[in-house]
Amino acid sequence: MNASVPVVTLKIDGKDVSGRADETILDLARENNIHVPTLCFLEGLSGWGACRLCLVEVKGVNKLLPACVTRVAEGMEVSTASDRLQKYRRMIVQLLFSERNHVCSVCVSNGHCELQNLAVKLQITHIDIPYRYPTLPFDSSNDLFRLDHNRCILCTRCVRVCDEIEGAHTWDVSGRGVDSRVIIDLNQPWGDSQTCTGCGKCVSICPTGALTRKGTGVAEMEKDIDFLPYLTRMRGSHR
Amino acid sequence: MTAEELDQIAEEERESTRKCRHRLHVCMAAGCLSLHSDQVKSSLEAQIKASGLEGECRVKGVGCMGLCSAGPLVSVSSQDVTYQDVAPEDAPEIVQGLQAGKPVERLRCPTDVPFFTRQKKIVLENCGAIDPERIEEYIAAEGYAALHKALTTMTGAQTIEQVSRSGLRGRGGAGYPTGLKWGMVAKASGAAKYVICNADEGDPGAFMDRSVLESDPHRVLEGMAIAAYAVGASQGYIYVRAEYPLAVKRLKTAIRQAERLGVLGSSIFGTPLNFKIDIRLGAGAFVCGEETALIASVEGLRGQPRPRPPFPAEAGLWGAPTLINNVETFANIAPIIRNGGDWYAAIGTAKSKGTKTFALAGKINNTGLIEVPMGITLRDIIYDIGGGIPDGKKFKAVQTGGPSGGCIPEQFLDMPVDYDSLSKVGSIMGSGGMIIMDETSSMVDVARFFMEFCMFESCGKCVPCRVGTVHMHDLLRKIIERKATARDMALLEELCDMVKCTSLCGLGQSAPNPVLTTLRYFRHEYDELLVQDDDAAGAKGVAQGAKETVP
Repeated sequence: MNASVPVVTLKIDGKDVSGRADETILDLARENNIHVPTLCFLEGLSGWGACRLCLVEVKGVNKLLPACVTRVAEGMEVSTASDRLQKYRRMIVQLLFSERNHVCSVCVSNGHCELQNLAVKLQITHIDIPYRYPTLPFDSSNDLFRLDHNRCILCTRCVRVCDEIEGAHTWDVSGRGVDSRVIIDLNQPWGDSQTCTGCGKCVSICPTGALTRKGTGVAEMEKDIDFLPYLTRMRGSHR
Repeated sequence: MTAEELDQIAEEERESTRKCRHRLHVCMAAGCLSLHSDQVKSSLEAQIKASGLEGECRVKGVGCMGLCSAGPLVSVSSQDVTYQDVAPEDAPEIVQGLQAGKPVERLRCPTDVPFFTRQKKIVLENCGAIDPERIEEYIAAEGYAALHKALTTMTGAQTIEQVSRSGLRGRGGAGYPTGLKWGMVAKASGAAKYVICNADEGDPGAFMDRSVLESDPHRVLEGMAIAAYAVGASQGYIYVRAEYPLAVKRLKTAIRQAERLGVLGSSIFGTPLNFKIDIRLGAGAFVCGEETALIASVEGLRGQPRPRPPFPAEAGLWGAPTLINNVETFANIAPIIRNGGDWYAAIGTAKSKGTKTFALAGKINNTGLIEVPMGITLRDIIYDIGGGIPDGKKFKAVQTGGPSGGCIPEQFLDMPVDYDSLSKVGSIMGSGGMIIMDETSSMVDVARFFMEFCMFESCGKCVPCRVGTVHMHDLLRKIIERKATARDMALLEELCDMVKCTSLCGLGQSAPNPVLTTLRYFRHEYDELLVQDDDAAGAKGVAQGAKETVP
């Protein structure tokens, strides 16, 4: 950490807070127990700014800004939970449910799923948007893990953890738009991968039931994402 | 290369031009070329040779003359006449006309019409006049004089000052003041800086950048070199889409020639400025016209945008301060430096200075490329320059700004064309595509077309654009198929608002614009297609389906 970074004060939801100028709005909100929903963000990985759930309003800025990658500044007035933001968040979560086949009742991650928890927290009781029900494959070729595209929300946590923490860059994204898929190496079966070290970090940090351990039944896939801040701290680098 | 050498090249070129009594210009830009203007050119050459006129005639391939709908175009300077729809078989008649001193009336394209007389050409001044594959002709047309002037008589700050004074705003669509952007990059600290030219023109119906690159590539190189001097960059990239093979070929030729003459490369004009330009080809993704996605693509990464700030002026290509401007913006730089910023600022309106090129397409008589001063009315462009709507049909709307813009209805025809007026009616200036629609066009279908485009071109990074565009497209299709109810309309409007406000980059943020503007001005067309809740047999099932609980 650079010692010359200035300290700034700002307001988040009317609360006076202070932080370092190299922190993000999300960092400060979490420090101050202000809940801002996220999906693609994960502490220890680079910011991605793609799920758009952490969008916040900043006074004087006419666009909504992603809290996970927006640095704090002196005198900022941030609002994290206006009715408008909550409405957008509910729509975004609904869009994710409608995009692929998220059937919680038969999912190994039922009860331990970040998407499901978010829906509960945002009080989403039903989906107003028509389901797309795409036909998607899954990959069980790996001895230890399973990839189910039906549950993937394309947060790219797996891509980033594999590249930035494990250093293998086994994962990537192919295709574009709604046809995007996470892929292994050059779109090979997981079991054939030459680069996968089998470390399982991607599985541990996957927010849904897209990446799971083999041998888990419905609701049995509990994940552990706490290793990541520890790993990054031990490496002596902050994000 | 010195100023004297530059003058000498220009003088030699002018001298050899003067020697020719007849100069025949054949348009060799993509539009006319697709109608075999290359065969017209070779047949003219053969005919001249056969008639023994080689000494006094020169046939020259030039860039776009503008009136693409009348191509292939051939202009004869000695007779001050332009021929339209020329076929290779017409060569003998044209050459006979030269000898007899009588133009061929049958092929004459009237040039005293508003299409030609009402234009003001700055960016396109050399288009149709010079051979884009010969640097000597560009130099004879005062080419690289602006670069020489900037390098030898102005400081970087003075150069930026002139660009600021000109009031030039980015011609790629957003209209950010160019001088301000240059100043930001110049002030940003970094050992390496980059200049990028965005030539990833992807809007359906737009071909301004393509024509400039195919007709006058050196003008863009000169603009980039001046920018490099002003901001302190030594490496430039032109990001051009691979779908423009002719533009790529002519750019490559131009770069090679410029490097050979020493107007690009090391110690340009004997000054300490080193500036090298490389070409990067886009692989067919519309989103790569978005600056952060373009930068990622140049870096060799997947072409996906990232959140701004930081803006490229601060942290762009490989994290270094990067100046990124559109083709037309760079094409305006040389004349601004040559004639001064105040000269440019005298053209146009209070807040939108200079001229703008537009590509006229769709239901209009004169399709082609035009350049007009800012502030001209839409009516003048469509009815005067464009020659009105074919077949006596009635005008309905004009779509500006491509998939990010909107449809402007008849009541705004007398509105001046400038950045602020266009955004006031819900559209944008955009890069300059203008698609004219007559009474036979269904505005719902227009909205669906553009939504389909955005859906296919969404990169898939952020959720609102990736999934939202698909649902909006499905809803529009449902409306057209007469299966949608008022509830579907309400959902469509909600999605438009959400996608506009929450998407990561300009593609998603502007994707709902065609729907929003057609809803604003042609809502009745949507309403006419809706069905009642209870008499929509299919709709009822969907309505129930939509109420499924979270499983």
